[in-house]
Amino acid sequence: MSTESQAVSNEPQSGVEQKGAAAATYVDERVHSNSWLSRNLNKVFPDHWSFMLGEIALYSFVVVLLSGVYLTLFYKPSVVEVIYDGPYIPLKGVQMSEAYDSALAISFEVRGGLLMRQIHHWSALFFVVAIAVHMFRIFFTGAFRKPRELNWVIGMTLALLALGAGFTGYSLPDDLLSGTGLRIIEGILLAIPVIGTWASFLLFGGEFPGVDIISRLYGIHILLIPGIIVAMITVHLMLVWSQKHTQFPGPGRTDKNVVGYPLMPVYMAKAGGFFFLIFGLITIIAGIVQINPIWIFGPYTPDQVSAGTQPDWYIGWLDGALRLMPNLEWVIFGYTLSLNVFIPTVILPGLIVTAAIIYPWLEAWATGDKREHHLLDRPRNAPTRTALGVMAITFYVVLWIGGGNDVIAVGFDLSINFMIWLLRFSLIILPALAFIITKRICLSLQRRDRDLLLHGRETGRILRLPHGEFIEVHAPINDNERARIEGKPDIKPLPEPPETDSAGVANPKYKSGKRRAGLSRFIHRDAIEKPTADEIHHADEHIAEQVEMEKPLLEREEAMHVAHDGAVLSKPPLETDVLESGDPADSSSNGSGSNSQQ
Amino acid sequence: MSDDTQDQTGQELVQSTGGATKELRPGEWPPADVEHHLRRTDTDPKAQARAVRQVATMFMLSVLFVILFIVAFIAIPRDAVVSIPFIGPISALNSAMGLTFGLAIFLIGAGAVHWAKKLMSNVEVVQERHPMKSTPEETALAADIYEVGRDQSTWAKYPIIRRTMLAAMALVPIPFVISLRDLWIQPASVSTPSVELKTTIWEPGMRLVTDITYQPIKADEIPVGGLVNAVPENLPEVEEEEHNLNARAKAAVIVVRMLPEEIQSQQAPEGDNWDYNGVLCYSKICTHVGCPISLYQQRTHLLLCPCHQSTFDLSDSAEVVFGPAYRRMPQLPITVDDEGYLVAVSDFAEPVGPSYWEISRP
Repeated sequence: MSTESQAVSNEPQSGVEQKGAAAATYVDERVHSNSWLSRNLNKVFPDHWSFMLGEIALYSFVVVLLSGVYLTLFYKPSVVEVIYDGPYIPLKGVQMSEAYDSALAISFEVRGGLLMRQIHHWSALFFVVAIAVHMFRIFFTGAFRKPRELNWVIGMTLALLALGAGFTGYSLPDDLLSGTGLRIIEGILLAIPVIGTWASFLLFGGEFPGVDIISRLYGIHILLIPGIIVAMITVHLMLVWSQKHTQFPGPGRTDKNVVGYPLMPVYMAKAGGFFFLIFGLITIIAGIVQINPIWIFGPYTPDQVSAGTQPDWYIGWLDGALRLMPNLEWVIFGYTLSLNVFIPTVILPGLIVTAAIIYPWLEAWATGDKREHHLLDRPRNAPTRTALGVMAITFYVVLWIGGGNDVIAVGFDLSINFMIWLLRFSLIILPALAFIITKRICLSLQRRDRDLLLHGRETGRILRLPHGEFIEVHAPINDNERARIEGKPDIKPLPEPPETDSAGVANPKYKSGKRRAGLSRFIHRDAIEKPTADEIHHADEHIAEQVEMEKPLLEREEAMHVAHDGAVLSKPPLETDVLESGDPADSSSNGSGSNSQQ
Repeated sequence: MSDDTQDQTGQELVQSTGGATKELRPGEWPPADVEHHLRRTDTDPKAQARAVRQVATMFMLSVLFVILFIVAFIAIPRDAVVSIPFIGPISALNSAMGLTFGLAIFLIGAGAVHWAKKLMSNVEVVQERHPMKSTPEETALAADIYEVGRDQSTWAKYPIIRRTMLAAMALVPIPFVISLRDLWIQPASVSTPSVELKTTIWEPGMRLVTDITYQPIKADEIPVGGLVNAVPENLPEVEEEEHNLNARAKAAVIVVRMLPEEIQSQQAPEGDNWDYNGVLCYSKICTHVGCPISLYQQRTHLLLCPCHQSTFDLSDSAEVVFGPAYRRMPQLPITVDDEGYLVAVSDFAEPVGPSYWEISRP
């Protein structure tokens, strides 16, 4: 408040400002922009580190677009065969597609080409990672609840598009690794019942690999997918803007306000600066850490493969699912159903994505919660949801490990067969275990919160009372912590639906109501009850009493405290007789000297 | 952070901003009812001046790195290599460009964030939210407008218009979908895609040649336990003619040799043999999702796919012994010609590559 910048308030406008104002007026007279600015220029955004995850995704996407445009200037999406005649000696004279040849030229001949290729790949990885972590932040804090369900769906769609963008881009250099990925895609398409063979022929323009796939993927990669992503991000951000950002519970924060810093100037500087931090970081990494060295893999040919080939991490879990699936294949009425491929690569991801997309409505239905939520849940306060999330992550991680089982088997000298069986069992057991453990941890944390409210914080200071009793002094918790803990929503399970109404007519929704009540019980079971206002009040009084009791002792220590060398010059007598008789007062005074600073 | 909230004496400075103690300027939000921590830059003019210097220095350094980038671009040759500890030898040009450009960008961000944190207001403010739901008046007005429009449009009055329009709208995307049909231009000779998948370019009497140098293979020159990657002799001509790799993607084979007594079974019908003196030929394309396989363990005769670890026993008709593949690897019947070179007796008896819907149809 006392800073210089704020003291100088109504300075006359500078020349630049006057020109700016004129420009603003010019635009406003045509698009009504000042009205929008008056409502939005100082929009308040709450501050929390986890709110930057979505920003990272956004900014890395901008970096993907910038570097991608650069790459299109040099890349040739063509499979016309050429003989390599570039500076990379090991491939000299080798026959390869023009696509691979141009990717090599970008890497070795164009100055800055390799840097841009690596910026593109790294920022794409940042993009997908940030989306995934951002999605989990939204999930674990319940930010998908009303009114944000639609933005959750848009976010999920963006995540899928990001995977599509990643995979199509990964295939474009036409190196041995990317071609093998495409071959597996062909195998997956062929396994789709009824339409699979046709789907594969239409995508590849006939048999694998054909000559069309690279140019088709190119169009999808640089136009179709980014176009949809840009449109979706626009809607995503417009919704965030109009619904205002969620906030964690804290002092002064309610479902009806936003506490934070205004867009201008703080968020313009912080968020704008953050874009440059992300961009700069990616560029530095791209400058010194090699990624996807396509020249080592060689050009694609369908009869070669290198051992230990791994897809990028976000596709790896599907590869793991392919490996763990038992070899089922059915022939029905003369037609073949390749369950060994169809289940892990189509059914499984289909189910997972569908469940994730409809989760906001599932949870709202099961809990009967129809209110608007702008205060976030702390993950511990929604134990079942948090446990479900950790369960999903565990499932994913087991599959992902499966995607690298050969590398792990070689590294740890295990047999592949053992790895597969271990992972098959793990895939069923570990997620269930993760669910139970996570839920218990959440409930324990809730208990701790409750204890903090009811007993305050343990200080470790022991006090002996006149009648000889020893007590540990509890200190009150600070306002931030109290507001955070008291922000916990108190939700009761839904009641059982009535079997008949008052007139004795059977309730037509009895069955679904009963299922719903059961689910609601499952979600809220073992909930730790929030202390009542009365209990909290009582606890506060009790803590205050203890603090009062300890006060004379602390005052005495304060008086003894000498700033420079800590030497005790004289011991002032205690005012009350409470502690006079006891030696413990002296012994405890040494140990608690530093605490009295609080 | 803790540095900022304490002054030199180590005492914490807390300023309550609750309540409207200070008059707000137009455009300023009221401060939130939370403790406001004064930073060192709020109380100490020296710290403030230092922060200003730091921010300006970062922006200046950014300019400097842009200049260094230009120097690197011009001065460093494309093929120069530099060795960075823990990372290894990398392109000097690439790393110099990445570092200078990256730092130039990064420092702008660092400067802006530092500026925001040290010098801009750090008072948390409150803005009210409004429920997303529109007011009843707005909803009622929207409903009224809709009803006026509906009546004026005669939409409800003439069901025939409504239905025909919906039918037309539903069908109008069809031409676009149909236009996608020629993503695969079907040759006149091919009735359905699955027919193409059933055959390869192997023909009776066709020589097996090595996959890169296209040399014919003498059966006797393969040692017991050895493995040779092979393709049909006419593959180069077919590829020249078709300008694609389709033939190779199906016809690639592996040739292995074991002692004839080690062969437990073959895919040949009863009383017939498809090997030549213990030389066996199998498709190289995995029946799972099509990866080419050549990880062969000569002692156990097991063939392992590097992609998903399907394992086939080549001494026992290449049956699946482990992993996600269901079908065995198809065997190519072989013999030798007059000069002792390996030749195919016929095409594969079973389709090669991944399974598909119509694979077991005639």
